[in-house]
Formats: sequence, C-alpha cells, structure tokens
Amino acid sequence: MLEKTGIPTEEQLKEVTPSKERLSRGPVAIIECFQEIPCNPCYTSCSTGAIKELVDINEKPEVDFDKCNGCGICISNCPGLAIFVVDESYSEDKALIKLPYEFLPLPEKGDMVKALDRSGQVVGQAEVVKVVNSKAQDRTPVIWIAVDKELSMRVRNIEMGV
Amino acid sequence: MRTTDVAVIGGGPAGLSAAISAASLGAKVTLIDRNDRLGGQLIKQTHMFFGSQKQHASVRGVDISGILEEQLSKYKDNVEVLLNATVLGLYEDGVVTIEQGEEKYFKIKPKAMVIATGASEKVLPFPNNDLPGIYGAGAVQTLMNVYGVAPGDRALMVGAGNIGLIVSYQLMQAGVKVAAIIDAAPKIGGYLVHASKIRRMGVPIYTSYTVKEAIGKDSLEKAVIVQLDEKWQPVPGTERELDVDVMCISIGLSPLAELLWQADCEMKYVPELGGYVPARDEEYQTTVKGIYVAGDVSGVEEASAAMVEGQLAGLCAAKNLGFTSPDFEARRQDCIDQLNTLRSGPVGAKIRAGLEKLLG
Repeated sequence: MLEKTGIPTEEQLKEVTPSKERLSRGPVAIIECFQEIPCNPCYTSCSTGAIKELVDINEKPEVDFDKCNGCGICISNCPGLAIFVVDESYSEDKALIKLPYEFLPLPEKGDMVKALDRSGQVVGQAEVVKVVNSKAQDRTPVIWIAVDKELSMRVRNIEMGV
Repeated sequence: MRTTDVAVIGGGPAGLSAAISAASLGAKVTLIDRNDRLGGQLIKQTHMFFGSQKQHASVRGVDISGILEEQLSKYKDNVEVLLNATVLGLYEDGVVTIEQGEEKYFKIKPKAMVIATGASEKVLPFPNNDLPGIYGAGAVQTLMNVYGVAPGDRALMVGAGNIGLIVSYQLMQAGVKVAAIIDAAPKIGGYLVHASKIRRMGVPIYTSYTVKEAIGKDSLEKAVIVQLDEKWQPVPGTERELDVDVMCISIGLSPLAELLWQADCEMKYVPELGGYVPARDEEYQTTVKGIYVAGDVSGVEEASAAMVEGQLAGLCAAKNLGFTSPDFEARRQDCIDQLNTLRSGPVGAKIRAGLEKLLG
C-alpha cells in the first residue's frame, strides 16, 4: 500500500487513468498524486484549462481528459514529479511516455534504456525518442520514451544502459 | 550603543522574509546570521517547493533564497546585514551581544526583534551511533549540495519524513546508492509523491523498522535494522544487516530556542511542533514585549509556512513600533489566510493539533 511502500495500488491508479478509448486517441496527462497536500502548480501551469481549479489548495488534482492535449508543461512544474503523459496512438505496437528525469548523464535521442515500473523493477526496454530540456523547465528535463504498448501504464522511470 | 528598529536573528526563509516586510514599512532593520551567506537551509534545497505561487511553489529552494535576497536589496538604505555574526546573548535590558568573525564583539540595542533561528536535527540513540559515517540527513544535504562532497558510496536513510525522502533522492542524484529508507512509524511520514519518486528508482522503503546497531572499526561498515511491532518494540529474529558506509538520521527537528529561554519567554512543550516552543500571539509576538518569532523556532513546519510567518512577524514588529503603510491590514490578513490555507488539509493536522495546544 502506498503509505507503507511508496507504490500506489491498482485501485488508486484506476481513479486517475483515462479510458482505453481516450488513451488511444493521443497524448494525455496522468497525475499520480494520491494525497491531499497544499500544492497547486499543476493547475496554475496548465494552459488548456484541463487541470481543474483547486479551490482548496489541498484538493487532489483532477484532469479533464477531453481538454488535455498532452502538451506536458505540467510535468516539470510538478514539485512531486508525479505527472506523466501517455500516448497510445504513437505507433502500431508502441506507446510514448513523457516522464520527468533529473539525473546525469541525460540520455540522448536514439538511446536504448531500461524501462522501470513504479517499484524500480526493470520491466522492459525503452527507446529514447526525445529529450526536452528547455529553460522554462528549470532543470527538470522531460524524456520521451517509446515502450511496448502493454507497458504504457506500468513504466514510470528509466535507467541508463540496457 | 548601536541601535536599530528591528533586529532579525537568523537569515533563513523566515528571517529573510521578516527583514523584507519590516523594511518595507520603513523600519531600520539589522539582519544577523552566523553563516557567511544568507538563505539558511534554502541554499541546499535543490528540490522544487510545494504550496502556491505566493510561497514560490515549483521554484527550487536555492533559487527562492536568491529571490528573497533580491527583494531585500530593494531596501538596502534601511537594511544592514551582518554575516558571520553569532548572537551570543539577549539581556534583560534589551541588549543583544554579537560575535562577528573571530575578532569583533559588540552590542546592539534594537527596539524590537524577530528571532528566526530555525531548528537542529534530532539524534537517535543506538550502539555505535558516534561512528564516522553517521550523519544528520540535513548535514549530508549541506555536504553534497553546498560543498559538492559525496558522503560515501552506499547509504541507509533513517526516517521517511520529507527531509529523509528528499535527501535520499538527492543522494541518488549525487551518485550515492541508497540501500533503504526505514521509519519506525507504520506509515511514511513525508509527502507520498516524494516516496513514489524514490521508490520507482528501486529504493525500498521499510516502515516499522529502526536501527538496532551500527557496526564498524574506524567508520561505519554495516547497519543492523530490526522490525518493530505495533507497540514499537523490536521483533526478535527480524534483524537485517545492510552494507552501508553512510547512515543519515532524519527523525525530526528541534527548535533552536536558546535565545528565547535566555530572554525569559514563556515556553511550552508541544511534541507536535518539535519540542519546546514559545507561547506567542497571532502576530507571533512572544510573552516578552517586542520579541517576535518566525519559522521553525516557533514550531517545526515546512519552509513555505516559515516564509509567511516571517512576513507576518516582520510586519507586526514594525507596525507596533509605529511604522505602517496603507495596505498594512490587508497584508497582515493575507499572511494569516495563507498560513491557515497551508495548514488546512490532512497533512496539516499535526501542526493544527500542536497550535491548538500552544495557543489554547
């Protein structure tokens, strides 16, 4: 359980996961924030209005998956690094995941890296599709990786090397 | 004798904020810090802050320090900053004695003061807890992020509060392996998003575990951890040995309240706020007129709250000396509202319980 291990449960994940249909339509943000904490940069950074206003700053964030276009600006604004973008329309058999990564060395486009799940277990390989590290991201680079489609909701971290 | 309107003791997030707001009302401010630069613990905080924009959410602590220093520099005509300056004593007649560097010793008599001395790390008793390699987690954060020194190769983090979780992540960023994070409590105390981000790097978190002993000849070589039952008693046979050369203790902070004791402020023991904390009113004035507090010394809490407390204490200290501005009341109320909001959720329950005991 999350409070003991740091790993969210299937039920918790279900609450924040878009429908299969929405995932297949294109990129969408998934916020894995399951605790009421006083924090709102996800909402204030969202330019499409997809992240609902946190009237009380302690509320958990909620994404309107129809408004979200998966731009990923929220990823590097989240102090908890809890936001990921998943795009299952990426290719026939691969899904694209955009995740925050604050470690050196940074991977480069074309690298093959280990794909890790929420417990840090290696569950497959990922191809680095893009490394976005603009000034606006303030030293929280976002790595775009392609993984086997069935891993789109499992992979949440990478490790250099294969 | 040197005088000033408001002396602010401690130049961390609370003290810097207090100095800025007191100076903004026109008070002459003397900001005193024992380190060679301002910022307090902010200067090693490379992670992004939580909260809202008003408390610089999503900005890294080290950069917030720069923002606050820049705000302070706008008032350079009425702000004096004393660095490498340690306040040694507060006397009955309101005199503050200061040692600056190794040569200078002098007195200053402020009309009011804001004490924002912060807190220190608590220690944990276990056999061999004095072996080299065993540190406070905050000390390791300073070593790595201020001085660029890695403490070792493989670490055990003791305490899964926010500091323990954040420093574990930063150890990994510095290339130090984290063998495990343990906590005696049955649940992770820090923000769960911090726990998840370190968990997905493969670092295990063991709740209901404590340190049984440290092993090593000249320095730490192994740590023995043991599981605790519901009554927090060790369960025989559950001992595990971890090969680590670094152990970080992160089991809480104690307010650095010595100056408040010296000044004869009424102190109350409130475990939820970290130990002995000063009785104070809504404006953060202690029971000694003219002595205000802000930040961890008034109750251990997140730095976001410390900054707002500092603003409030600085404003009120200056106002009560006769300095004011047309928007004083609105600013004062805004601070109070921000603090209430930050503390209003489930993670603020402990602080609220502590404040209830303190303020009655």
